[in-house]
Amino acid sequence: MTGAKMGFNTKRQTLWGWILISPLCLGLTLWVAFPMGLSLWTSLTEWDMLSKAEFVGLKNYITIFTEDELFLKSVRNTLYFTVLSVPLQMIIALGGALLLNTQVRGKRAFRTIFYLPSLIPIVVSSVMWLWLFNSQYGLINYLLHSVGLNRVQWIDSRHMVIPSLTIMNIWNVGNIIIIFLAGLQGIPKDLLEAVEIDGGRYWHKFRFVIIPLLSPIILYNMIVNMIKCLQLFVEPYIMTGGGPVNSSLSFVLHIYNNAFKYGKMGVANAMAWVLFILTLLISLVIFKTSCHWTYYEGDR
Amino acid sequence: MMKTRRTGAVVLTYLCLVSGAICCLIPLLWLVRSSLMSTEDMFKLPLIFFPKKIRFQNYAEVFTMVPFAKFYANTIFVVTFNIFGALISNLMIAYGLTRIEFKGRKLMFSLSIGTLMLPAYVQLIPLFIEWNWFGKINTFFPLIVPAFFGNAFFIFMLCQFLRTIPRDFDEAAFMDGANYPLIIAKIILPLAKPAMAVVAIFQFMFTWNDFMGPLLFLNDREKFTLAIGIRTFISTYYTPWGVLMAAATLTILPLIVLFFSAQKFFISGLTLGGIKG
Repeated sequence: MTGAKMGFNTKRQTLWGWILISPLCLGLTLWVAFPMGLSLWTSLTEWDMLSKAEFVGLKNYITIFTEDELFLKSVRNTLYFTVLSVPLQMIIALGGALLLNTQVRGKRAFRTIFYLPSLIPIVVSSVMWLWLFNSQYGLINYLLHSVGLNRVQWIDSRHMVIPSLTIMNIWNVGNIIIIFLAGLQGIPKDLLEAVEIDGGRYWHKFRFVIIPLLSPIILYNMIVNMIKCLQLFVEPYIMTGGGPVNSSLSFVLHIYNNAFKYGKMGVANAMAWVLFILTLLISLVIFKTSCHWTYYEGDR
Repeated sequence: MMKTRRTGAVVLTYLCLVSGAICCLIPLLWLVRSSLMSTEDMFKLPLIFFPKKIRFQNYAEVFTMVPFAKFYANTIFVVTFNIFGALISNLMIAYGLTRIEFKGRKLMFSLSIGTLMLPAYVQLIPLFIEWNWFGKINTFFPLIVPAFFGNAFFIFMLCQFLRTIPRDFDEAAFMDGANYPLIIAKIILPLAKPAMAVVAIFQFMFTWNDFMGPLLFLNDREKFTLAIGIRTFISTYYTPWGVLMAAATLTILPLIVLFFSAQKFFISGLTLGGIKG
């Protein structure tokens, strides 16, 4: 279709195009490019937002890696949380979706119930789980105790606090289940039937049809969730304040503390950039290795 | 042999699904149960599963202990503007990106999608500095204005949707002498209603649940939204657990009502946004 046929010449068309997407251009400048540049500049200064910023070069970056023990600890905590959460989320979501994709009764009801936790604001779920994890009066320990198991210290224990947050995080895996389920329903029936005709079992369907066709969806959700997990903040902020003994101090919580508690804007922004680069690197690694296990239709 | 294996698999499937459903529901039921109990009853062993004396007073105290009604009003105010902004800006942008051919649109689309990969929290401190320069800290502006500039997730979703509408529609309108704004308002908008409903609902959820934004930008308790308002109940000295649980229940109530009245939009939003990656 030509511009002339549309009743507009190309020049006017281009003008209208840019007018219509102008909020996007402005938004990218005001809320993405400018803040990122500002952040980069601030990360090279010493600044408490009150006095004048003082240029210090790469000093902040060196400081966080050499002098700030908590920084590396917060990185470790966050990576631990991510490495624990993302694979478990993917496996459980895939399992749930596969179960729902069989001929079960009440599919809609199950789907609704599984999705419910994803609706709950993180603040509310943090408050709720704070109470469930209570080592004396919490429901979880009460149930464990009544079936004869030992009570667990959950978020009060240095070793259990990150796994506890992981359990919380897995609780709202429902939205991924729904995404995977929709993906499963999009798999052509004849492919699955072809496996049956060839005498294949369920495993063969799973390995040679379901996983390859679902792999782009899995990849996308894996990356989105990884980015989410690396930004862990609200749960430790509300539930533990980063404790006990900083064992749930997440990367973003540490950045927040540096910026708004200690007034070290330069250091906080340097950390934010490290987080940004770290996220980028991990995404890149996942993308690069993904060509071995993802399948796109039309690719040969 | 084959038959028993089949039955076994079916039983196992239901067992997994039902136990999954129980795990999803119990924390929420426990929240509601705790919201109807006095703090003394909550701290009794053995645990009381169903409160004998139901204490509705917790719900009244939510409003007397802190300005909770104000939190509610503030949240609704911010949410309304966010939905309004999201509806206008994203439809405009998506139309421009999908239905007008001009140089640079592919690049802008990619840039927009690229922001989905940015960890949002990296920008939060500079955004705070930026709004501080504008002198708008402790106002609702930082929480509302960005919604008028489009959101990558919605743009992507609406682009997917607009591509399914035949271009002949626009063309016919041009023949009748219409211009782009008129076409968007009179032809595209009515057709895109279901997709716009998805945008509105998800924007509602994002804004209602947003914690970091209000935490950074709002200082006065009078201006708090629900998400950070809940935190005012928690203190190191004394936390009124029953009242806190009631406040939490009141916060999620509108979300649950919305979900059950518009479930199909939630599902289609999730699948549109999450599948085509």
